[in-house]
Amino acid sequence: MATKETPKHDALVAELKNRFGAKILDVDRSYDDCAVVVEKGAIHDVLAFLKNERRFNLLLDVAGVDCMKLPTFRERFEVVYMLYSIPDDLRVRVEVPVSELDMDVPTATDLWKSANWGEREAFEMFGFNFVGHPCLKRLLTHHEFVGHPLRKDYPLMGGQWCATTSDMTEELNEPR
Amino acid sequence: MGVRDSGFVGIETKNETGLITTRLDEIVRWGRKNSLWPLPFGTACCAIEFMGVVSSKFDISRFGAELVRFSPRQSDMILVAGTINYKLAPVLKKIYDQIAEPKYVISMGACACSGGFYDNYATVQGIDQIIPVDVFIPGCPPRPEAILHAVMKLQERIDKEPVPKRGVHRRHEVVEKFRDN
Repeated sequence: MATKETPKHDALVAELKNRFGAKILDVDRSYDDCAVVVEKGAIHDVLAFLKNERRFNLLLDVAGVDCMKLPTFRERFEVVYMLYSIPDDLRVRVEVPVSELDMDVPTATDLWKSANWGEREAFEMFGFNFVGHPCLKRLLTHHEFVGHPLRKDYPLMGGQWCATTSDMTEELNEPR
Repeated sequence: MGVRDSGFVGIETKNETGLITTRLDEIVRWGRKNSLWPLPFGTACCAIEFMGVVSSKFDISRFGAELVRFSPRQSDMILVAGTINYKLAPVLKKIYDQIAEPKYVISMGACACSGGFYDNYATVQGIDQIIPVDVFIPGCPPRPEAILHAVMKLQERIDKEPVPKRGVHRRHEVVEKFRDN
């Protein structure tokens, strides 16, 4: 339920539907937000359109969702991109349903540099394979950690001991 | 049994109720408790609270614990202030091992004592799973007065323990054997 009129979102949604047609699977306008559910095949085109032609120059975060426990869902996972346009002062959320059997998602690092670590975190927590990512490895968990902890089938209090320290020499010596 | 058999300096007789100690032990204990040099192993918000304790209003220097040394080689008390996660656990163990005997451990705050409100895949549920702890300070964060109380409690604890022969016994094993609950 929208509590106030957001004409800029209306215009954006109309334009997206116009341009991408059936690839926009759903639009969610509740709570004055604007969320667009996009098919996985068209996600890079949609993000490129939003960045290059609609001035969404800030990618705030890349998140993942495990929909396993929800009452209805399209696919088990979703990747969510949160975008903000500084010149237009506009926020939009782009959601992509991702099947458990095919976890390849095209990367957004060629559009926004902040997608680098955002996608690394989403990969670490859920297991998405971001195709074309320059360095897709773990970010927050320790090097002996096994599994993807934010999935719903990972035990909620499942801590794993780490027996060895790891230093950052390989990260420091990495080529830029 | 003789003094040489037990290997302890200054213990004249051993009986069920306690120990008779000499002046030398008292002097050593007095020196140790009044010159605790903390290693603030601060990882989160409790470290900020500890910074308040070392500044002038609450002044941990009154208890002799003014010289914070961030090197385990130069300190004798490790004050774990903040959340310890599984990634940091081997580092904490390594730092603790590098401190010379006698060493004391204070666990400050809810996260260090029991994992706090982080009961998840990343947080160690209490540092006593990794290293032996002398004093636990509950609180999130604990008041500076509570931290000073913990230092005083540690001083009281140091007052009661035997002074083992140098280099022979690890302090925590000795304290376990002579603990009177």
